Amino acid sequence: MTIRHHLSDPLLMAYAAGQLPEAFNLVVATHVSLCDECRSRLGAFDAVGGALIEEVDEISMGEAALDAALSRIDGLPQATRAEPLKSAGIFPAPLADYIGGDLSAVRWRRIGGGVKQAILPTGSNASARLLYIPAGTAVPDHGHRGLELTLVLQGAFTDANDRFGRGDIEIADEELEHTPVALAGQDCICLAATDAPLRFRSMLPRLAQPLFRI
Amino acid sequence: MMLEATRPAMTEQSGPLQPVVVAARNGLPGKKDLTVTKAEDGTDWAGLLVRVRDRQDKAAFAQLFRHFAPRVKGFLMKSGAGAALAEECAQDVMATLWQKAHLFDPARASVSTWVYTIARNKRIDALRKDRRAEPEELDWGPEPEPDQAEAMEAQQDTERLGQALAQLPAKQRALIERAFYGDLSHSEIAAETGLPLGTIKSRIRLALDKLRHHMT
Repeated sequence: MTIRHHLSDPLLMAYAAGQLPEAFNLVVATHVSLCDECRSRLGAFDAVGGALIEEVDEISMGEAALDAALSRIDGLPQATRAEPLKSAGIFPAPLADYIGGDLSAVRWRRIGGGVKQAILPTGSNASARLLYIPAGTAVPDHGHRGLELTLVLQGAFTDANDRFGRGDIEIADEELEHTPVALAGQDCICLAATDAPLRFRSMLPRLAQPLFRI
Repeated sequence: MMLEATRPAMTEQSGPLQPVVVAARNGLPGKKDLTVTKAEDGTDWAGLLVRVRDRQDKAAFAQLFRHFAPRVKGFLMKSGAGAALAEECAQDVMATLWQKAHLFDPARASVSTWVYTIARNKRIDALRKDRRAEPEELDWGPEPEPDQAEAMEAQQDTERLGQALAQLPAKQRALIERAFYGDLSHSEIAAETGLPLGTIKSRIRLALDKLRHHMT
């Protein structure tokens, strides 16, 4: 798998700084799970935090703090290899954790034209959803008020001149009016997050929008 | 969620010391003296954490605690936490360090960086009450053998980054600090740091490639 579309530096730095809305955290963590290049770049931004921890003015802990810590770790399970979160089918571990399983655990809702979606439970300042786009189908033409991240999990879509396959991430801002089309061959499944409601250009999806929270 | 499991009743902390803890502390320098001092240069933090991981070494843990807990507390207070909450969170962070020591890969991060990531997640947990998705863990084998040279490089990377940070123009440095202390929204964060992050990225990439090679 060759990933050609990566996370931007500002997104990686905001994730490293802990400043992204929950829905974006999910997309970043899922992409990084698939992409060693972005995992390394994230590691470099995390290292900035490490340097700051060394520089920050220390503030003394309470007098009994170390004793308290020692007695506390005494009651904790020792540093054994805990079972890490597991990937499930096409879902890397962080996404599988949100969904509670693999593809069969997703509760899809139809939103027209054969396209299905499933809203994921995240904080309200940004929303995340899974999109299911049958092979050869277009997602209704839409622009953005805010930032939209779309990560391909299965199949591929094209948008203007670019092709996005598994692991690729499309970063769309207010400038971009686009019509992603799923490529023939395999139905396309994406994880998408946005910090503003999408606006559709045609009337019907716009009427449906409040109903489906897209 | 990472820290959920590490939050026992706080009353435990004011209770009497259990005998086993007293025994574990015998021979430790410093007794109750938690006065903060700069650590000697060249302390092998990764080596100490590996001792925690492999031998549940409490003396090594105490040394890590003395160095990092006051920094984590300082970091959290600069991020807007009150003293009591920052102290409680710093305790949680250090307990997590004990509990998750097996997930630490010295070739990919310095201990400072690893402590930072735990503290950051704790801050999100405590102050924002948000959930934070973390990338899938890479399993680095049943008998992880940290490469001493790699571990030293990771620690030196952090030290060099600290020096570079100190040499930045005040304005630029302030922007980075504001981002990491939670003072900027994600749309205000510009990634032009002026820091030599490319070399760190390349080193981590090499370590990952080595790890992938080992896993297959």
